Parts: sequence; structure tokens; C-alpha cells
Amino acid sequence: MAEFLKCSGCGRVLFHTELQQSWKVCGHCGWHHRLSARERIEATFDPGSFEELDAELRSTDPLGFPEYADKLAAAEQKTGLRDAVVSGTAMLGGLPVCAAVSDFAFMGGSMGSVAGEKIVRTLERAAETRRAAIVFCASGGARMQEGMLSLMQLPKTIAGVQRCREAGVPYIAVFTDPTMAGVLASYASVADVILAEPRAMVGFAGARVSKQAGVGKVPDDFQMAEFAHKHGFIDRIVPRAEMRDVLAALVRILGARLYGG
Amino acid sequence: MAAKTWKEWEKPVLELQEGIAKLSQLAAKEADSVRRSALEAKIAEYERRLANYIDTLYSRLGPWEKVLVARAEPRPYTLDIIQAICSEFIELEGDRRFGNDPAIIGGPAVFRGRPIFILGHQKGRNIQERQYRNFGMAKPEGYRKAIRLMQLADRCGLPVVTLLDTPAADPGVESEARGISEAIADSILAMLGLRVPTVSAVIGEGGSGGAIGIGVGNRVLMLEHAIYSVIPPEGCAAILWRQPERGDDAAAALRLTAQSALELGLIDRIVPEPKGGAHRSPAEAARLLGDAIEESLAELDPLSPDELRAHRYAKYRAMGRFSEGV
Ligand SMILES: [Zn+2]
Repeated sequence: MAEFLKCSGCGRVLFHTELQQSWKVCGHCGWHHRLSARERIEATFDPGSFEELDAELRSTDPLGFPEYADKLAAAEQKTGLRDAVVSGTAMLGGLPVCAAVSDFAFMGGSMGSVAGEKIVRTLERAAETRRAAIVFCASGGARMQEGMLSLMQLPKTIAGVQRCREAGVPYIAVFTDPTMAGVLASYASVADVILAEPRAMVGFAGARVSKQAGVGKVPDDFQMAEFAHKHGFIDRIVPRAEMRDVLAALVRILGARLYGG
Repeated sequence: MAAKTWKEWEKPVLELQEGIAKLSQLAAKEADSVRRSALEAKIAEYERRLANYIDTLYSRLGPWEKVLVARAEPRPYTLDIIQAICSEFIELEGDRRFGNDPAIIGGPAVFRGRPIFILGHQKGRNIQERQYRNFGMAKPEGYRKAIRLMQLADRCGLPVVTLLDTPAADPGVESEARGISEAIADSILAMLGLRVPTVSAVIGEGGSGGAIGIGVGNRVLMLEHAIYSVIPPEGCAAILWRQPERGDDAAAALRLTAQSALELGLIDRIVPEPKGGAHRSPAEAARLLGDAIEESLAELDPLSPDELRAHRYAKYRAMGRFSEGV
């Protein structure tokens, strides 16, 4: 993290030390700046409990798409990750869960074959081991550099949701900034419980496309978590400071049958 | 600079056709029988050349030409195909929640003597029709109607056939407010759970989430010149190079043709189109698609309801390419 950053909400200069304490929430205006997958894991799960799985998965540039190999290499360099999703197991409020966390810094969190595979493995693992699944979304959508293979991650990840439902295992999604397009139109939107961070961008088409297509007036909160919440597609908007407790309570109550009394 | 529409691209063909039409008029008016038969011989020669030209043109369509052909207005649309291959069709409307979306149509039908449910995206050909059908871009109520019809088919034990032909799902503000993403995701989930055989066919444009929303079949077919893409090539070019006019380069990079989809293991079968494309002989194109649907349904018939679901799970679960180091 840089020494300071300019708040995207109020424009004030915020220093690393003050941001670290609040997990990058602006103390002046409450703007939730994006967290890396590692930061999110640290902010959410019981200290030291996260164990990464499927870390060896890598994209093979299956289409030989222009500049993709370079972009992957640059993203690896920048984030220290191998793709846009980090998955594994963790404890939350003392209960074991299966978790996947997207990192927007890795090619906009886009979902290609690797991200889709990690999501579906996380959901399948939850169903098999009878633990709750928690997925943090942060993605611009499907990764166009993998073409149709990326589009097919929609049914693939939703197949994992189906497994969780059949197993009676709760699956909770958290929409963080941004949760868009191919990710929103797949595993994200069919979670049992959907939470979102305040003012996270949440939408299907790029805002520009939607505004062009719209004849009427575009509401101010269009494609924000608050808009999706108002229209009934998100259960609760939860500030970052409360997220861990809300998630832990949901896992404990929804998973009562799984974890025993 | 690449052509922007199929008409622009087919211009030489259309010009030849016009020339032949003019010669035919001359021949009809010609009183002298010698001169008339000379004209007729010329016409026959031109027609042969035209046929050869079309053959050659369509035997080496590049990805961008396929994009243009897949979007051609005279191509058979969902209702044309239903009319051609089903002896009966009763359209059922509405999602029972908000309204009826004319961009997705469907209902029970009799296909070659067999009761089925058939549904698909519906585009329009003239301005009014296009507006009424919203250019084949379905709204949340379209996907929710699809879910309702597919689950009704499931309760009746009837196979489901879906026809995909959409540029994209509707990106408007109202669709966003009514949960277009949730509707698509829920439709995919519903399709995965069906206990009846499902066959999906991309007949023109397989546009991203809007297409896969009703495309999760046990068998997936694609017409020879149809396209299936995660993003419209123009949009991809705009993001990648900030040059939307480079759609042809993006079309090549995206590998959106039926041939690529088959190579990547994303579809089961390419359905051949008549010479010169489905738009030249829509009835013949529909018949060929009907044959492929009939054979696909026959392949699925031996599977039990549980096997059909397991088959679909395994099929989509396996999609994607990645490496997993030692
Ligand atoms: Zn601020």
C-alpha cells in the first residue's frame, strides 16, 4: 500500500496508518476503498485461520488472445496472486467455512477458467464437507481474453450453487466494489444471502451502455448496491466494520444444523 | 476497412443477382428466338458463376463475416424455425410476476410427432417489429417466463428445446431495476435442475449472458455460421484498443465461430447450413436443424431424469481450460 491515497469519496488525503486501522474506510466520509484479497481475508476470518487451496491453478491463455499472456504476467507481478480469486478454508467466529475472495487488482477481478474453477471448487467443497460457503465478489465480469470459455464459467459456477442447495449448506455472497456483469449474472446473484458494502458498484451492463439504452431518467444511485438493495436484490448493506460479525452470526444461525448446538 | 453489414459484404452477389434479373427481363421481351436463346444461355452461365461465387464465398467465411451473416435480417428467426419444424405451437405468455417479454417466446409444440416445449429469443425484421421485440434483447421478465415454461415442461415430462439468437440481454435501467442479472442466473440454475432432456441451439447471435441464460442444454448445437461470444466484437475492440471499428480483429481474437466453439469443447455439434447461408434457404436450414434436434433428443431419450441432471452438471462443470501445477 502506498503511503497515502486520495479518498474516492471526499477527495481528502488519507494516510496509510489511519486507513489500516479502518480497513481502508475513510474516517471522514465513510467511503469503502477496495481491499486486496489478502486484506479481505485478514479483515474477515479468525486470525491465521485461512488456508489457501487450489493455489496452483493458472490460466493457460487458451485462445492465444492478444496481449493476454503479458497482462497475466503483469497482474501476477502487481498482486503476487496467480489469478483473480483466492480460495480455501477458514474459521469464522470459531466455525469452519469454505471461502473464496476476489481481488479486483488482478485484471479487474475478471472471471476466466481459473476464477470459475476456484469458485465452483469452493462451493462443492462446502457441500461435501458440510460447511457454509462465503464468497466475496469484486469483479468487472467475465474475462474477455478467454472468450467463450469465460462465458461458460456462468453455468459452471452456478452448478456449484446447485450443489450447495442440494446439500442444504448455506452460501453467502458479499458484493464489494465492483460486482458486475458475468459475475453478477452467475453465482453472485443466486446466493442464499446477499450482503453488500455501501456504495459498491453493482450492475449488469457497463453504466455507459445502460444510460445509452435508457430512455427515462437515470437514478442517482443507479448501479450502486443501494439501488439493487432498494429493488430487492440484496438482503442488507453492511458497513465493513460490521461485516465480520454479521457474517459470523449468519453462519452460526443458518448453519446450526451443520455445526451442531 | 471491413464491411459493417452482411448486405455491404454481399454486395458483389447482390449486384450479380440484379444483372441477372435485368437480363431475364430482356430475354422475356425478346421476340427473336435466336437472340432470346443466346440471352438465356448467357443467363444460365451467369447463374452458374453466381452459384460458384456464393459457394466459394461461404466456404471461407472469416470470423467477422460470420458475425455479419449471423446478424443478417433474412436469417430464420425462432418463430420461423418453430413454424417450419413444428406441426403445432401454442405460445404461452407472461412471467406471472411483472409482464410479458416479446423478446423471448415459447410454449408447448409438436415437433415431428413428438410433444415438446420450445422457446427462444425473437428478433424483428422491420422497424416496428424490431422495437416490439427489443432487438431480441430480453428483459428480466423474459428469463422469468423462460423459467416458468421450462419448469412446466419439467412437470409434464416433456423435453425442452431452446433457440438462442440475441445480441445481449437488455442493458436498460428498468431491466437493471428488475434484476436482469438475477433473472439470468436463476434461469441458468433452473435449467441445470431440469429432469427432462434439454437441447439448445445457437441459430444466429449467441450474445453473452443473454444467450447462455437459456442455453444450458444437455446438448448444444450451433448453426454453421452462427456466433457465440462473451462480448460483442465491437465492444471488445473498444475496450482492448479503444477502436470499436476494429470489430473484425476482435472477432478473430474472441474465437466466436461454431468451429472454434466445437474445438474448445463448448458445443456438441455444428449444424450445416444450406449453400450460401441459412438466409438463402430458411426452410432448408430449419429442416437441417430439425434433423439435428431430433437426433439429439433420441440420444438423450435413454437417460433417466437423474442421469440427465448429472449429465448436465458434469458437462458444465468440466468447462474451462487451465493448468494445475505439480
Ligand atoms: Zn473520504
